[in-house]
Order: sequence, then structure tokens, then C-alpha cells
Amino acid sequence: MVPLAGYLGLGLFMFTMGVVGVMIRRNPIVIFMCIELMLNSVNLTFVAFARYGSVTHHGSGIQSAMAGQMIVIFVMAVAAAEVAVGLGIIMAIFRLRKSIDIDDMSLLRG
Amino acid sequence: MVWDAIRRFFSYEFWSYEGLQNHGVWGAIARVVIVVLPILMLVPGLIWWERRLLSWMQDRIGPNRVGPFGLLQTIADGVKLFLKEDITPTAVDKLIYFTAPALALFPAFALGGTLPWGPNKYLTPIADVNIGILYVLAVSSLGVYGIVLAGYASNNKYSLMGGLRSSAQLISYELAMGMALAGAVLASGSLTMTGMVHFQEGPWLGMVKGVQNWLILTPYGFVAALIFAICAIAETNRAPFDLPEAENELIAGYHTEYSSMKFAVFFMGEYAAMFVFSGIFTAVFCGGYHALPIDWTFAGLPIVDTANSVAAGFIFLGKVAFFFSCFIWLRATLPRLRYDQLMSLGWRSLLPLAVANFMLVGVWIVAADVYKSEMAGLVAYLIGFAVMFGVYLLVKRASADRFEGMENRGVVMNTGVEPVSLLGEV
Amino acid sequence: MPPTDELAKLTLFGALAGVAALSAVGVVAFGNAVRSALCLIANFFCLAFLYFTLNAELLGITQVIVYTGAIMVLFLFVIMLLNFGSPQFLKEPPDYLRKGIGILFGVVLFGLISSQVLMPLAKVKATTAPDDYGAPQQIGLSLFTTYVWPFEVASILLLIGIVGSIMLAKRKI
Repeated sequence: MVPLAGYLGLGLFMFTMGVVGVMIRRNPIVIFMCIELMLNSVNLTFVAFARYGSVTHHGSGIQSAMAGQMIVIFVMAVAAAEVAVGLGIIMAIFRLRKSIDIDDMSLLRG
Repeated sequence: MVWDAIRRFFSYEFWSYEGLQNHGVWGAIARVVIVVLPILMLVPGLIWWERRLLSWMQDRIGPNRVGPFGLLQTIADGVKLFLKEDITPTAVDKLIYFTAPALALFPAFALGGTLPWGPNKYLTPIADVNIGILYVLAVSSLGVYGIVLAGYASNNKYSLMGGLRSSAQLISYELAMGMALAGAVLASGSLTMTGMVHFQEGPWLGMVKGVQNWLILTPYGFVAALIFAICAIAETNRAPFDLPEAENELIAGYHTEYSSMKFAVFFMGEYAAMFVFSGIFTAVFCGGYHALPIDWTFAGLPIVDTANSVAAGFIFLGKVAFFFSCFIWLRATLPRLRYDQLMSLGWRSLLPLAVANFMLVGVWIVAADVYKSEMAGLVAYLIGFAVMFGVYLLVKRASADRFEGMENRGVVMNTGVEPVSLLGEV
Repeated sequence: MPPTDELAKLTLFGALAGVAALSAVGVVAFGNAVRSALCLIANFFCLAFLYFTLNAELLGITQVIVYTGAIMVLFLFVIMLLNFGSPQFLKEPPDYLRKGIGILFGVVLFGLISSQVLMPLAKVKATTAPDDYGAPQQIGLSLFTTYVWPFEVASILLLIGIVGSIMLAKRKI
């Protein structure tokens, strides 16, 4: 069997790349994509724990397996809503200011 | 442990017939061949059929020179496309430019595995798993990438417009398609293709024995089938939804910059997708491999059932060919939609209808369960439909003044000039 | 389980994880936003197959439908729309100090978490969940019984998202 650490390591790597991307990129769309990358790395971790499960869990294996999968579904729902609103905001900013550099968006009142 | 495994991998036993059988490799290869080869081989025939049928409908002759009835015309065209100069414009994004045709071809072939060709399990090749319909939705949603990326990579405003239109169109119509399929899934209680075909063998509406319960013959299934058919045409970018490649507005849209074999790959992908969507429509709504919606065993003629299962693959192919011809028929009949009409149809007609239908299937099932009779379900469905339609009319009347401005938006040419009828006064 | 099967599983995981990791690097490293988006699509696609290797079939297929089929198409759509309007706004000036600090922070973060989390869990190899735990029936049952309240809340959240995006997109209400 593939060890649990393989999945967790991949998840950690993706999460780190997401963090680095948010720090070094200035294009808000790419930053947004890096946030999606982080969300997905966490999803992968959840599914891996759901399958390998109950290391520190008190209930039965199937319960923790279900909990792991449910949270992934909710994260996907939240991500979908977030993308719909976030891209709408980016488009609105672009319409207003004709620029989408993240460092130009430091004012509270446009 | 790892070295042992590697040694085993290179051993004779692993690659011998028995070893491969144990690993399912032969089976997998055979299934892939069963899936991909027919679709690949059918594509030239489909193109020939479209050209002949279209020319017949338009009172022309069509290709009739190469081979009997012009059957080899497509082969000749293919050879021509192979031998043509392959032009790559200088300003294209090369990596994406070359990936896009492959991506356009992929979904159609990946979907080919879901078609149930017959009751035998070897005839339902790949995706007879418990997520069959979801697999259809997932893979068909990937179809947009080939077109969008081709439009982007071409570095051409018209191509980019085609790609943008295509992505908006596919996102819009995918939702309605998903909801229509969800209604069918809810009614049949199965996510597998074979399960849905099996459900359609049952008594009609759960009441009338002797007639098969093809979904297109039931009220909810008819609505869902209508929505699915429209969405399938939009997903395959066929007329009247072929805005991404509208030749008179966008100079053929996303594949303007593609020449020779790369263009042919887009072409093949489109025809394979049409074939596969016809197949899914047949399997989900039209009884799959059954020739007629009649339960022959109940009618006292089980021999016909046996004959049907022997000829299952050919019956399925015949039905698919019929629905494929309907695609062509629509192309010959309907003019292209305007962009705002397309969006309006998808979001304000098809999606609400699909959601309403989905909810009403649930109402049917609950009513049938509570009153222990399918008739109650039918009555509840019809009442529910009437109520929803009434609500729709009320909402439409209440918001009539707000929608008025939206309906009239569009290009008004030649303002102030009376349209002149070419036929004179009628 | 025969060793060849084990090797096949390890190879499959290695290939998928490798492509996923490389494409994760690509998302950050490519200067072109469309290429970043393509890398992210590849990454999400690999993740779907990794979910399949974990026997979570429904989640894998949902991943393809939601992320690859809908969210990333939206991203591409917006990038291309901005590109169509004014391509120069998607260019980023190079900033080496920022890059250096970011990469250093990433290395530290990776080292810290891996030493604290991965090391203690390195020995976990046996799966505990039953093989069909990712089947649609199981998930549906769980979603509509134990997790019905979060489910409803998620649906309200999505509704708010729809309304919000429409309000943002309309110029005149």
C-alpha cells in the first residue's frame, strides 16, 4: 500500500507552493488560483485521512471516513461560491480602475 | 520488497497470457479497442452521411464522385488534409496551440466507453461503474478546453471571440444538461448506464405492463429528454448553436488558424462528440438497445426478446444513427441563434425548466410512495407542473416591465428604413 | 496482495503525485496567467485520480465536474476577457527580493510542517476505511442524515454567492 505520508507530503508541497505563490505573485487572478491550490491540498489531506483514518479518532473507521469526505464536499461548495464572487470582484475592479495589479489596490476608497 | 517486485515485473510469468489475464491487461486493451476503434472508424462515414443527407435536404446532389455514392470522398479529403502544408502562424503560443486539438479530441473518445451496446457485460466496455452518469457529465465538461485554448493560442481576435463564446455557452448549457440527467437518475434510481437501460425495461409509468418504460415516453422523461437534446447540440457546437465557429461573424472562430491535419482533428472531435451524445441520449432516454418499447415476454413472444438481445449492438447503432441524423436535420432547418438569445434560452428557459422537472420527479416518487400507487405520482406530477407554470406566469407578469428592456436589446440595423420585401407585397 | 500489485500502486501514485507536484510548481513559476491556469487544471485532474486511488470515487468525479469543468473554465474565461481588453495589464514586473523572501518562507514552512507532522505519521500504511466508503450511496446517506444541516447551510451559501455575483456583474440594478 502507498504510505499515508506520501499523500500528506504531496498535500504539504502543494500547500507550500500555494503560500509561496500568494507571496510572490502580483496578479490577483494567479493569487486566486494559488488559494484554490491551497484549498485542494487540504482536500487531499482530508481524503487521505478519511481512507487511512482513525489514528487519533475515537469513533469507528466509517464515521471518520465519512467526516473526511463531507468536509471535502463543503470545501468544494465554499470554493465555488468564492470563485463566483471573487472573479466578479476582480472584473468590477478592472472595470473601475483599468488595472488589476494587486499593489494598486491598497486604498479602502477607490 | 521493491527489487522482488521489479524482478517479477520482468519475468516471463508476468507477461504470459495467464499472467496478463490476472492483471486484467488483456481485458483492458480489448475494451479500449472495442470502444475507440468503432468511433474512429465511424467518423468518416458520419461525415459522408452528413454531407449526403444535407445535400438531399437542400435539393443538391452532394459528393458522389469518389467511390460508390461518394463513399470514399471523406477518405480522399483525409488524404488531402494529410498532404497539405501544415502552417503554424508565427505569433501563436506554440505549446498551447499544439495541445488544443488533442484536448478537443479527448472527451469524445473518453465518453465512448460509457455507451451500453448490449445486455452482455462485454458490450458495456468501460464505465459500468457506480458513477457512470457523473462520469459523462465530468468528461463532457472537459470538452470546452480544446476550443477555448485553441482560441487563445491562435493569437487572433476572432479566434479569441470564438473561444470566449464557447466557454460561456458550454458553462451555461452544462448546468441544464446536468439537471436534466439528474431528473433521469432520480427517476431510475441508478447512476450506471446499464442500470438506466434496465430500468427502462420495466412496465410503463410503473402501471402498464407489456409496454417498456422508456423515459422519453414518460412526462418527466420527455421534458428531461428535450432539455438534454438541446443541451447536447449546444455542447457539440452544432447549428443552431454554432456561434463559436460562426463563419460569417468570426471567420470560423477558434479554428481559423489551424490548417491541414490539426483542423481535421477538431473536425473528428466534433463528429465523434455528436455520435457519443446521440448514444447517451439513446441509452438514457430511449431504451438503449431495445428495438421497440414492447415487453415481448409479457406479450407471449420471448423469442423476439432473444432476437433483440442477439442484435442488440446493431439496434443501438441504428438508433444512434437516427439521432445523429436529427442533428443534421436541425442544422438544415434552423438558423443560428443570436448570442443574447442563446444565453436567454439557456439561463431563463432551460435551466428553470430542468430544475422544476427535477423537483417534480421527486414529488412523483414521494407521492407514489405515500399513496402506494404510481397513478398518484402521475397526478401529483401534473398538479405540480400546473402549479409551477402558474407561478412562472405570475412572476413573468409581475416583472414584465423589467424584462421589457432586456428583450429588445440587440443590433438594430437600418433604423428609419422600412424593410423591403424581395417578393413584393404579400 | 502480490508484490507486483503493490509496485503498480506505488508507480501509479508516484506518477500522479509527480505530475501534480510539477504542475503546482508551474502555477507559481509561469509568468503567463493562462499557463498558470493550465497547470492548475492538470493539477486538479491529477488530484481527481489520486482520489480514485484512495477509493473516493464520488469525490474524484466531483473534483473533475466542479474544479476542472466549472471553476477553471471561469478562471480561463476571466483571464481571456482581461487579455482581450488590455493584454499589458497581465504582465508582472520582476521583483527578485520578493521572490527570494517568498521561496525562503516556503522552504521553512515545508521543513517545519514536514518535521512535525509527516515524521510521526510515516509508519501509517494500513487503510482503515472499508473499500466502498466513497460510493455515492454511502455519501448520500451520510450527507442527508448526519450532515444535513451543514448541507443546507452550504446551499444557502451558494445561493448568496449566485446573488452576489449577479449584483457584481450587473452595471445597473
